[in-house]
Amino acid sequence: MEQSWRQAKSIFGLLLSAPLFWLAFFFIVPMGIVWLYSFGENRGLVDIAFTGTWKNYARALEPLYLGIFVKSLYVAALTTFLCLVVGFPVALAITFAADKWKPWLLLLIMLPFWTNLLIRTYALIAVLRTEGYVNQTYEVLWTNAGGLMTLVGLAPLGEFQPLDLLHNNFAVIFGLVYVHLPFMILPLYSTLDRMDRSLLEASLDLGAGHFRTLWSIVVPMSAAGIASGILITFIPALGAYLTPDLLGGPESQMIANVIERQFKRANDWPFGAALSFLLVYLTFIGIAIQGMLDKQNRGRAA
Amino acid sequence: MTQSVAKVKKTPPGPLEYMRRWPMQAWLVGVTVFLYAPLITLMIFSFNDSKRNIVWQGFTLKYYVKALTNESLIQAFTNSLVIAFFSTIISVVVGAMAAILLWRFRFPGKTALDGAMSIPIVVPEICMGVGMLVFFAKVFPWPQGMIWPLNLGAIIIAHVSFSFPFVAVVVRARLASFNRELEEAAKDLGASEIRTLLDVLVPHIKPSLLAGGLLAFTLSLDDFVITFFTAGPDTVTFPVKVYSMVRFSVTPEVNAASTILIVVTVILTFFALKFQGSDALTAGHGAADKK
Repeated sequence: MEQSWRQAKSIFGLLLSAPLFWLAFFFIVPMGIVWLYSFGENRGLVDIAFTGTWKNYARALEPLYLGIFVKSLYVAALTTFLCLVVGFPVALAITFAADKWKPWLLLLIMLPFWTNLLIRTYALIAVLRTEGYVNQTYEVLWTNAGGLMTLVGLAPLGEFQPLDLLHNNFAVIFGLVYVHLPFMILPLYSTLDRMDRSLLEASLDLGAGHFRTLWSIVVPMSAAGIASGILITFIPALGAYLTPDLLGGPESQMIANVIERQFKRANDWPFGAALSFLLVYLTFIGIAIQGMLDKQNRGRAA
Repeated sequence: MTQSVAKVKKTPPGPLEYMRRWPMQAWLVGVTVFLYAPLITLMIFSFNDSKRNIVWQGFTLKYYVKALTNESLIQAFTNSLVIAFFSTIISVVVGAMAAILLWRFRFPGKTALDGAMSIPIVVPEICMGVGMLVFFAKVFPWPQGMIWPLNLGAIIIAHVSFSFPFVAVVVRARLASFNRELEEAAKDLGASEIRTLLDVLVPHIKPSLLAGGLLAFTLSLDDFVITFFTAGPDTVTFPVKVYSMVRFSVTPEVNAASTILIVVTVILTFFALKFQGSDALTAGHGAADKK
C-alpha cells in the first residue's frame, strides 16, 4: 500500500526535492515564459513587453500560416496512415512468429529507431538526390534499355532525365514514414500480442476467410493499440523539423520550420511563441481524444 | 525440440502461422529493405574510394582518417559524449527519485506531478527547444566563455529535462514488482529510512537504472532539435555538426563519421539487451505508449 507522506516526511522531502525543482525550474518555467511571450509584443531589438495582446494568435490564423498548419496536419495524417498500412502486417507477422524469432524481429524494427535521426535523414538524402543511388540505378537501366532498343531496331530512348526525388513533398512524406514506422509497429505489436487467439481460430473454423477475420475480429480487438499507434506517430510527425528542413523544398515547409524561422532568423519571438503553443494545444487535443477513446473502450470491455 | 521444428516445416502452414505464408514474408522483407537499405548503402559507401561517392571505385579508409583528423568533428563528437555522460547520470538520479516518490507515497498534488512529468515526453521537440532557447537567453543566461566542459552546462540541463521523465517511467515499471515487506523487514531489523532505501530498494531496481541510463544516453546522443536551440558556436554537438555539413553537401567524410556512430549505437543496443532482456528495446517506446 502507498504510504502517506506524513509518515516519513524527511525522506518524502528528500525524494521530492530534486525532481520537483528540475521539472519546475528547467521545464515549466521555460515553457511558461514562451506561453507569456505569445501574448507579448516586440519592443526594440531585444525587449519583449507582455501586453496581453491576442495579436500573435490572430496573425497565426492568417491564411498563409493557417495554410501551413493545415498542410502540416495533412502531411502528418498521411504519414500516419501510410505507417499504419505498412506497419500493421509487420506487427501481425511478428505476433504470429515463432517465439524464438520474436526478439530478433523486434530488434530488426527497433535498431533503425535507435540510430541517430540525423544520420537516418542523411542516408535518405544520399538515396534520393539527383546523383543518388536510386537515380544512378535508374540511369543504368535507362541506358541499357536504350541500347537494347537500338539493337532490336527501335528508336533509342531520349536523353536520360533523373527523377526529382529530393526537395519536394514526396521526399518529406517518404522521410517521415521512414523515421516513424517503428513508432507505429510497436504499439500495434504489443496489443496484437495480448489478443486471445482462440477467437481468431473460432472465426476461421466457422468459415470466415483471413481478410474477413482480420477486419471483423483483429481490427476491432486491437482498436486501442491502433489508436495509440496513430497518436504516437501523429504527434512527432506533426512537429517534425528535421525531415522537412533537409528533405523538403521551399513549398514543403511545416509548422516547426516556421517556428524555427521566427526564433532564429526573423527574430519575432512573440509570434513564434504563439505558433509553438498552437502546436502544443494541438498535441494536447490529440492526447485528450485518445484518452476519451481509451475510456470508451474500457467501458465497453467492462 | 529440433525434431518437432523439422517436422513442422514439412506440414502446410497452420491457420494462424502467418509468418509461414509468403505474402507476409515478402512484406516483412520489403519493410526490412526499406528500413535498412539507406543505412547499409551509407555504411558501404563510406569505404568507397571516390570523391563523388556514387560509383564503387575500390576500398579505402581515407575518409575515416579524414573524419578522425577533422578537429571540429572530433570536438563535436567529444562534446556529445560528455553531454550524454553527465545528462545520463543526473537523469538517472532525478528520474529514480521521482519514480520512488510516485510509487511509494500518497500526497496532495500527486496526480498533478505525475501528469506534469509526462509533458516533456509528449510535447513536440521544437516547442521544448524554443522554451530552452528563451530560458537560457533571458532568465538563466549560461555564462559565456567558460572552460570546457563547463560551457556545455546549458545543453546538459536541457537534455536532463527531457530524459529524466523517461528514466522515471522505466524505473517505476520495475518498482511494481518490489515486495514491500522486504522494506518493512529491514526497518524492523533497525535500518534507517535512508539505509533501507539504499540497501534494499536500490539493488532491486538496479537493472532498470541501467536500462533507463542507456535510454537517457541514447536520447541525449540522438537529440538534434533541442540542442540546436541551446548550442552556441563553441558548443557544437555531433548531430549539430553533421547538420551543418549535410546542409552543404553529401561527402564521404560524413558517411564515415555516421558509420562510426551507427556502430556505437548498435553496441549500446546490445548492451541494453544484455542488461534488461528484450524489454529494453521498447523501453523508450513504452514510456510514450503510457501516455
